[in-house]
Amino acid sequence: MKKSALPDPFEEARVNKGYGEMDDQNDPVTMILGLKDLRKCAHNWKTFQSGAEPGRIVIPSEVNIRDTRQIPFEVDPPEHKDFRALVEPWFKRPLEADYKAALTQQINDIVDEVLTKDSVEVVGEFSLRLQSRALTLLLNIPYEESETWISWGTHVFRSEGEALDGDKANILYDYIDERISKAIENPGSDLYSMLLAATVNGKKLTREEVKGVMILTFAGGRDTVINAVTNSIAYFAEHPESLDKLLGDPDITGKAVEELIRYFSPLTQMGRVATEDTQVCEYAIKEDTRISLCWASANRDAKVFENPNDVVLDRKINPHVAFGFSHHNCLGATHARQIMNILLTTLAKKVKSIDIIDYKENIEELGEFKRKVGYDNLTVKFHTR
Amino acid sequence: MAKITFITTDNKTINLEGTSGSVMQLAVDNGVPGIDGDCGGVCSCATCHVHVAPEHVGKTGEASEIEEDMLDLNDYSNERSRLCCQLEISDALNGLVLQVAESD
Ligand code: HEM
Ligand code: HEM
Ligand code: FES
Repeated sequence: MKKSALPDPFEEARVNKGYGEMDDQNDPVTMILGLKDLRKCAHNWKTFQSGAEPGRIVIPSEVNIRDTRQIPFEVDPPEHKDFRALVEPWFKRPLEADYKAALTQQINDIVDEVLTKDSVEVVGEFSLRLQSRALTLLLNIPYEESETWISWGTHVFRSEGEALDGDKANILYDYIDERISKAIENPGSDLYSMLLAATVNGKKLTREEVKGVMILTFAGGRDTVINAVTNSIAYFAEHPESLDKLLGDPDITGKAVEELIRYFSPLTQMGRVATEDTQVCEYAIKEDTRISLCWASANRDAKVFENPNDVVLDRKINPHVAFGFSHHNCLGATHARQIMNILLTTLAKKVKSIDIIDYKENIEELGEFKRKVGYDNLTVKFHTR
Repeated sequence: MAKITFITTDNKTINLEGTSGSVMQLAVDNGVPGIDGDCGGVCSCATCHVHVAPEHVGKTGEASEIEEDMLDLNDYSNERSRLCCQLEISDALNGLVLQVAESD
């Protein structure tokens, strides 16, 4: 097994029964594993809702550590649509030329920097820094602010060895509270100020709602991007020919981004709560129990993807669900895709090869399944082209 | 060379010409509102959804099963729906009229 490979632990269950089971703090989850079933459930928000008790659709459940409803993530249609309409133009800004230029500069600088070092711990010294700096562009706030987020380390919600840590999550919540207060006193052209000035359905967003959007922006865009970037470095370390291919044929970069994101599926799954007794793949789902949409499994479904466990860099038809499906599809996808696109272009131009020196895999324990989602640490040496 | 016409959701007509690549790329390069092409054309995002004018369905042919599956779960799709990233520009598409589909 290659060090950069992410095996698919769901295959047998997906093929034989279509679902898996895991317990989570006595609130069990039926995991939907096939692509077609998953899409149907994701689309059917009336039966499988997101707007349940705050924290319940996240696995592991966060009902015991927070009360703030994440917006638009934990809201169903029709309200969901109004919130999305409000924030969507903002989250499309990564397509603008200035944004792209600034992001390209950031990624160029950090790649140049790691090329000078004898060894680099990718998660902390590369991915976290790249992700935090890029987030200043998405929020439209000064670059220096990223220093604070970097100082929190990779595990902003948990202490070593503990899945969930309420105290640690409070660091983020308190920080956001303070920033909202500042933006109220002194409005600017940042995301906080935009939200504070906004109205949805004729009503101003409440402070709690603004907080919900901001926490989600931090939480949803952190580990996902860090894993996508770190896993890309591991992949290119073992596939230097792919760097050459991207350099020689830059037109495939967009397809390569989609394929890597499919293969990595940085978000394994997300839950929903059933609003009525129902069935998925002939399996009974009871009202008020949880299912999960297991994006990582659906993205390896051999009924849809040829050679699902291979990275086919220029895969032409790639109907993956790594960014979700239907109403709640990822709001940060434009930003994430732009990061990946520029990262691949920059690595192909500057890097000849990468050696893996040391690594520790990050394995999620999901009931009967164990899934590698990335690395706790990955130490490499970058070589200049 | 193919002349392709887009009718936007607010009923504006945009006439474009293309020689190669996908219809989605032509629309995105020319800023047709409502065609975002988020996934770059790999059939994953459905932000390139159009309705083919009834008299032109013969020009575009049928959607593949994978494309069909995406459209099945789209609230705004009908029997003339296509994801236009899956339409390759060629002389055969000359004169094609596409209505940009609504979305959420
Ligand atoms: C490669 C990186 C990323 C992946 C794989 C990813 C994946 C996903 C997935 C699968 C969903 C759907 C959740 C559901 O259906 O319940 C989602 C939703 C969301 N993501 Fe991402 N995400 C990424 C990056 C980001 C970034 C950078 C941000 C923001 C900074 C972000 C913000 C959000 C938000 C706000 C939602 C909720 C949208 C809604 O409920 O309408 N994500 N993401
Ligand atoms: C307020 C909203 C959220 C909070 C408070 C939150 C909290 C957490 C916590 C506590 C962990 C650590 C879990 C563990 O160590 O076992 C975590 C991990 C993670 N979260 Fe969230 N989360 C939120 C929303 C999201 C969203 C919307 C996404 C993606 C769309 C997301 C993606 C992830 C990913 C990919 C991991 C990392 C898994 C890993 O690498 O081990 N989170 N989050
Ligand atoms: S551009 Fe994404 S499906 Fe057509």
